[in-house]
Amino acid sequence: MSVKIYVPCDAAAVSVGADAVARAIAEQIASRRGDVSLIRNGSRGMFWLEPLVEVETPRGRIAYGPVSADTVPSLFDSGFLEGKAHKLCLGLTEEIPFLKNQERLTFARCGITDPLSLSDYMAHGGYRGLENAIKLTPEAIVEEVTNSGLRGRGGAGFPTGIKWKTVLNTPDDQKYIVCNADEGDSGTYADRMIMEGDPFVLIEGMTIAGMAVGATRGYIYLRSEYPNAFRTLQRAIEIAHSKGYLGENVAGSGKSFDMEVRLGAGAYICGEETSLLESLEGKRGQIRFKPPLPAIKGLFGKPTVVNNVISLATVPIILDKGGAYYRDFGMGKSRGTLTIQLAGNIKHGGLVEKAFGLTLRQAIYDYGGGTNSGRPLRAVQVGGPLGAYFPESLLDTPLDYEAFAEKKGMLGHGGVVVFDDTVDLAHQARFAMEFCAVESCGKCTPCRIGSTRGVEVIDKIIANQDRTQNLELLNDLCEVMTDGSLCALGGLIPFPVQSAIRHFPQDFDKPAPPPPAARPNNTQESRSWT
Amino acid sequence: MSSIQSWDAERALERIRQLQHLPGGLLPILHALQEEFGYIDKAAIPLIADTLNISKAEVHGVISFYHDFRHEPAGRHMLKMCRAESCQSMGCERMIRHVEDRLGVKLGETTRDGGFTVEPVYCLGNCALSPAVMLDGKLYGRVSAEVADFLIDSAQRHA
Repeated sequence: MSVKIYVPCDAAAVSVGADAVARAIAEQIASRRGDVSLIRNGSRGMFWLEPLVEVETPRGRIAYGPVSADTVPSLFDSGFLEGKAHKLCLGLTEEIPFLKNQERLTFARCGITDPLSLSDYMAHGGYRGLENAIKLTPEAIVEEVTNSGLRGRGGAGFPTGIKWKTVLNTPDDQKYIVCNADEGDSGTYADRMIMEGDPFVLIEGMTIAGMAVGATRGYIYLRSEYPNAFRTLQRAIEIAHSKGYLGENVAGSGKSFDMEVRLGAGAYICGEETSLLESLEGKRGQIRFKPPLPAIKGLFGKPTVVNNVISLATVPIILDKGGAYYRDFGMGKSRGTLTIQLAGNIKHGGLVEKAFGLTLRQAIYDYGGGTNSGRPLRAVQVGGPLGAYFPESLLDTPLDYEAFAEKKGMLGHGGVVVFDDTVDLAHQARFAMEFCAVESCGKCTPCRIGSTRGVEVIDKIIANQDRTQNLELLNDLCEVMTDGSLCALGGLIPFPVQSAIRHFPQDFDKPAPPPPAARPNNTQESRSWT
Repeated sequence: MSSIQSWDAERALERIRQLQHLPGGLLPILHALQEEFGYIDKAAIPLIADTLNISKAEVHGVISFYHDFRHEPAGRHMLKMCRAESCQSMGCERMIRHVEDRLGVKLGETTRDGGFTVEPVYCLGNCALSPAVMLDGKLYGRVSAEVADFLIDSAQRHA
């Protein structure tokens, strides 16, 4: 019987040497006798163990990690093909507590299968959702998604079924499905993982969306920082095409659906849906006024579903197992699972897919094992660069849209960035404004000008110039940006700024630092659009 | 980075025409030109504008909006360093300063010998293995100052 060895092809695994490990394993296979095959799988999402190598044994898959290329010969010598002991052996992969205590629905296959093997995909439940969807009317598909309680996983949390219903009920000769794969929030990588680790699930989800609303064309708008995901998606689309899962008469349904991947060009704002649509149309990624909603007038003025990667990748399991199955996970108005991404200064960084309701503390300590530096945790930013900084005292907040909103935070795309006690929150608040200045699309004044003024005011606060008045001014500025900005960038950047002031006032009350040394600044040059 | 060709108007026009029929094809065209020549020559602007029947100002506006597009050739090696929050929590600022000092440039600049362009980037999606950098399109994680030195050394050897 052939022995299978798995080495992830995920970009994060490769970033710490998975390709070199795969090469070393291939050399060992070539130089030793035996029927052994090497499979490049997606990542299981336990990044502190990457490169995580697995061997398939009669007992199940045995994990070894983190493996480096030079330890590969010793693995073979100690009999790892039979799953034998080695100092890097972690036992059965599925029994590793981090993974065992998850509820993987969207990520059910990620890390298990070969991402580009359609037969592997089918063998693990792939395309069952589409098969069911083909038998249903568009209205029934939309209803199933509505019943599941699925809300947009990009950050806004808008009910997916309602969005779809609007597009379904807007008659037009051309409609579009647009996948927002511009995952720009620091601390997030779930989209990247699924696109690299299980691309067919996204293709299937988009195809089902097309059937539900009557769209025949889909676009994945992918950020250019993800070249690996770009190649994987392109190949997966070609494969789906060649097997009749894209194109005319999709899977014998008599309906057609086709899609392509388009690359962004390094603009954070293009993760905002209207800005993304402008960019897809070949324009500057400036946001549009709403209304009209993209669901009514979206891409090229046509009714368009714009959904995040994780939302679309969750659709197949909903159509496979039913909306009620999915809805049974979760709490309150947050149904199903959340893909929490543990990031930053954390010991066990990785992806935790779990029903809504886990507290931030459980995520960080029970799964993440605390800080990576071993120093005390001081602040956590949830929801990307527009998310609030929480102090230790708010760690018992459940990871749920409403619970976070209540504490003046936001869940966003589920990224959790941990900071130890060396963090300076005044510095972080300044960075938030600086980031907004670099990435503002320039359309509305509060964001375009406010962000630069924000950096200046925070600089004065740090330098202890009229501190009380400037703090008041900053608060005013934040209010103007919140109320007056057109989109979430300018509208939410006060979240990190004001939460830093609220929860960490002592960081804004330190003596002024000595005048800047020889290095005048490490700020970004402002970009050419200014 | 050996596949990069020097600017050639005819070749540029050929690439533009290959993609001109894509709906919203300006970004794919700009990506194709930058991939071909390493930057977007200003001489490409009228070619694109004429082919797509849009104004030169519109083309310029799009090029200047996006951080990825450049009007000047980059260095032989492109080092993108993440300075977003997750990488900050793991000390990327110290590592970035180390690289700036070693190469004698600031973020956004190219070394005098044309060896390296160092650019800031806001998130590479490797946040469980911060700090992250991308060198010539390849992602690296847990990049300390020592690892950064190693990467720069290896790139220099293969220059």
